[in-house]
Amino acid sequence: MNVVEMRHISKYFGSFCANKDVSFSLEEGEIHALLGENGAGKSTLMNILYGLYMHNEGTILIRGEEVRMDSPSVAISKGIGMVHQHFMLIPQLTVTENVFLGMKEAGLVLDRRSLQRQVETLNSRYGFNVKPDAYIWQIPVGVQQKVEILKVLMRQARILILDEPTAVLTPDEVVELFDSVKALSREGYSIILITHKMGEVLSYADRVTVMRQGRVVDTVKVADTDEKALARMMVGRDVDLERQITGGDFGAPLLEISNLTVKNDKGLDAVKDVSFTVREGEIVGIAGVDGNGQLELGEAIVGLRPAEAGEILLCGRQVTQASIRTRLDEGLSHIPDDRHKKGLVLQFPIKENLIMGMQRSPKYAKGIFMRRDAIDAHAKELVEEFDVRPADISYTAGGLSGGNQQKVILAREVDRAPNVLLAIQPTRGLDIGATEFVRKKLVEEREKKKAVLLISTDLDEIISLSDRILILYNGSFMGEVQYDTPLEVFSLLMAGRTARDEEVV
Amino acid sequence: MEQLSYFLAATVRMATPLLIAALGLAIAERAGMMNIGGEGVMLMGAFAAYAATRLLGSYWFGVLFAIVTSVMLITVFAVVTITYKAEQVVVGAAINMLGAGITSVVYRKLFYRAGEGISGMMVESFPSIPIPGLSRIPVLGPMLFDHNVIVYFGFFLVFVLWFIMRHTSLGLKIIACGEHPEAADSLGIHVIRVRYLTTLFSGVLMGISGAYLSIAQTNAFGEDMTGGKGYIALAVVILGKWSPLGILAGSAIFGGANALQMTVQNLGVGLPNNIIMMIPYVVTVLAVLAVSKKRVGAPSAQGVPYEKS
Repeated sequence: MNVVEMRHISKYFGSFCANKDVSFSLEEGEIHALLGENGAGKSTLMNILYGLYMHNEGTILIRGEEVRMDSPSVAISKGIGMVHQHFMLIPQLTVTENVFLGMKEAGLVLDRRSLQRQVETLNSRYGFNVKPDAYIWQIPVGVQQKVEILKVLMRQARILILDEPTAVLTPDEVVELFDSVKALSREGYSIILITHKMGEVLSYADRVTVMRQGRVVDTVKVADTDEKALARMMVGRDVDLERQITGGDFGAPLLEISNLTVKNDKGLDAVKDVSFTVREGEIVGIAGVDGNGQLELGEAIVGLRPAEAGEILLCGRQVTQASIRTRLDEGLSHIPDDRHKKGLVLQFPIKENLIMGMQRSPKYAKGIFMRRDAIDAHAKELVEEFDVRPADISYTAGGLSGGNQQKVILAREVDRAPNVLLAIQPTRGLDIGATEFVRKKLVEEREKKKAVLLISTDLDEIISLSDRILILYNGSFMGEVQYDTPLEVFSLLMAGRTARDEEVV
Repeated sequence: MEQLSYFLAATVRMATPLLIAALGLAIAERAGMMNIGGEGVMLMGAFAAYAATRLLGSYWFGVLFAIVTSVMLITVFAVVTITYKAEQVVVGAAINMLGAGITSVVYRKLFYRAGEGISGMMVESFPSIPIPGLSRIPVLGPMLFDHNVIVYFGFFLVFVLWFIMRHTSLGLKIIACGEHPEAADSLGIHVIRVRYLTTLFSGVLMGISGAYLSIAQTNAFGEDMTGGKGYIALAVVILGKWSPLGILAGSAIFGGANALQMTVQNLGVGLPNNIIMMIPYVVTVLAVLAVSKKRVGAPSAQGVPYEKS
C-alpha cells in the first residue's frame, strides 16, 4: 500500500519552476531514495510534502486520503516527520526540551523528569545513546542527528523524511545511522532518503526516484540498477569521477608549513603545531570532519587569520607575517570555502569578479582608471574556456548557479598562474557535473607543476585527487595515508583514534 | 544609617521602571525582536497615564490608558517589522522620534500653560502602601515593603516571568523563535504569532513602566521625561543576560547608580551637579562595555525578520 502519493506536483518560485509535474509514491516499510543533483528539486518536493512550501498544482494523498498540506502541523498530524539537512535544533535547549518543543503532550508546565524518562524509553528501544539532559551545543553532530530522529519518533511519525542525512557525518556515524534506519524500516516505518550520493542509495535503499531539473527521470528498484545508470539519469550523460592521477614527479617544495599554531574565533587553539610541505606537481589532501581546524588552517595560509606560532614559507620565502597582497604576489591562489562570502562579490558582474585581486595590475588598470576593454576581453576568454553559463560577462555573479559561481572563482584563481593553489571545499554543494569539471581543473594544475593544497571534508574527493593525504583531527595531524589506505583506517583517524588505541580497547 | 536606608529605598524606586521595561524587552528579544523604540513607547505611556489621570481623575485610568496607548504604538512597530519585515532598528528609532513628537505636541496643546506654576499641573499619583509589620523593619522595611503597587507588581513579575521562561513549554517556544525560527516553524510553532504576542506584551509592560514615571514616581508629565530610560532598559537586558533574575540584578545596578546620584546630591558633596548627574549614564556605558566582550546569551536570530518560504 502507498502511504504517500504525490500526483502531478508543480511548484513555482516566481517564474522559476522548481518542480514540474512530479509524481512520487512511497510504500509502507520501504526505504525510498530521492536522488538528484543540487537544484534538481528534491528538497522542494519534500518541503511540499512536509507543508513548508505550498505547491501550485497537483494533489497529495496520505494513506489514500487527499490532504491539504499547508503547514508542518498538518504533516505532523498525518504522521510525517522530517529530519532536515540543516538541523532544526535549538542549541541553547537540552535534548529533552528539543524533543518536546512544540508538542502539546508536554503540557504547559514542564515536568522535566517525566519527559526525560520518555526520551530514555525511546532511547533504549532504538539503541540511541543520547543523554536526555545534555544541551545540544554540547553534543557532536552525529548525536544531534539522533535527537532529530527522536523528535520525529516522539511525535508518532510513521513516515520519515531524511534530507541529506550524511552530509556532516563521519564514515562510522554513517554506518551507525543507516543501521538505525534499517531497523526502523523493519518495524514498518516508511522512509524517504534525500541524497545526491549514489553509494548510499545502492547500499541502503529499496527503490530510488531520480530527479533532474525539477522533473522525475524515473523510479526504479535499486536491485535493478547500478552506479553508472544512476549517474546517467542524474546528469543526463556519462560521468567520470574516478581517480585520474598516476605516478608523480614532484619537484621543490613550494609551500612549507612548520609548527603552525592558529587560534579560532573563540581564542582557543584550532590548529596545533602543524607541519607539512606541498611540492611542485603534487596535490596534498587534508581530510577530516568539519570543524577540526581546516578553516583556520586555510585562513592562516591565505593571511586572513594571524599565525600564533610557526612559519609559513611560499616558494622558499618567509610570509608568516606578510600581508595578503604580498602572498598573492608570491603566487598564492585561493579557492575559499564559502563562495558567497569570500569568493565573489555577488552584486558585481562576472567580468569584475574575474579580475578581483588583480585590479592593480597594469594589464587591467592605468593608474586609478580601469581598462574596460582589457577586462572585457579577459572575461570573454575565461568564460569561454571555463564554460560559464550564461556566457554573459555582464551577468551578476549572484544570479549564477553554485556550479557556475565556482567556475568563475576557479577561472580567476587559475588564470593568475599561481605557484600554490589552495582549494578549500572546492566542490561543496556542487552537482556531479560541476564537481567533475572542478576536479579536472585541479588535476590540470598538478600536471602544470603547481603545488595544490586541497582541504576538504569530502573523503571521496580527497581520495580521488590526492598524492598524499593528511588527516586533521582536533587541530593536529593524526597521520599521513595514501589513497588506497583502507576506509576503516580513515574512519579511525578522522575520529581521532590511532590504530594502536584500537588495539588497547 | 539614615542615608543608607534612603539610598536603598531610592534604588528600588529608581530600578522599578527599568525593571519592568527591561522584562518586557527581554521577552520580546528572546522571541527574536530587537526593539530600540522602548524610549518612545515608554514616553507615550508616561504621557497617556498623566493625561488620563488628569482628565478622568483616577490613576487607575492612567495606567489603563498608558497600556492601551503604548500597545497601539508598539503595534505599529510590530506590523512594520514582523509582517512587512522592515529593519527593526530603523523602525525602533522612528518609534522613538514619533513618541517624543506626539507627546510634546499633545502635551503643549492640551495642558501646558506658559507662566503657570508646576503646582497646577500635578495629578494624584499612586500612594505608597506600606506592608503592615514588614515595613517597620529597619533599612529592609523602607527598601522592600514601603512602596506603591507598581513596585510590588515589578517584583511579582520577575518571578512569574522566570517561571514561564524556565518551567513552561511557552518559555521554550519563545526561546525557539528567537534562536532558530525555522526550527520552531518546522515543529508547528507559529513564529509570527509568538513574535507579535511577545512584542505586544512588551508594549503592555513599557506602558506600565512609563505610567510609573509620571503618576507613581512623580505626579506630572515633562517633555522627554524618560531621559534615556528606554535605552538603559536595553542595556539592562544585556547585563541581565536575557533572564528575569539577571534583569532584576541589572536594574538594581542602574537603579543604584541613580539613587547614588540622588544621595550624593543630598549629602552636598562639593561636586558640580552636572557631574553627579552623569553617574547613571557612565554606569550604563561601563556596564555594557564590561559584558559586551563576551556577549553570551543573545538570541541568535535577534532582529532578523522571519520569512517563510
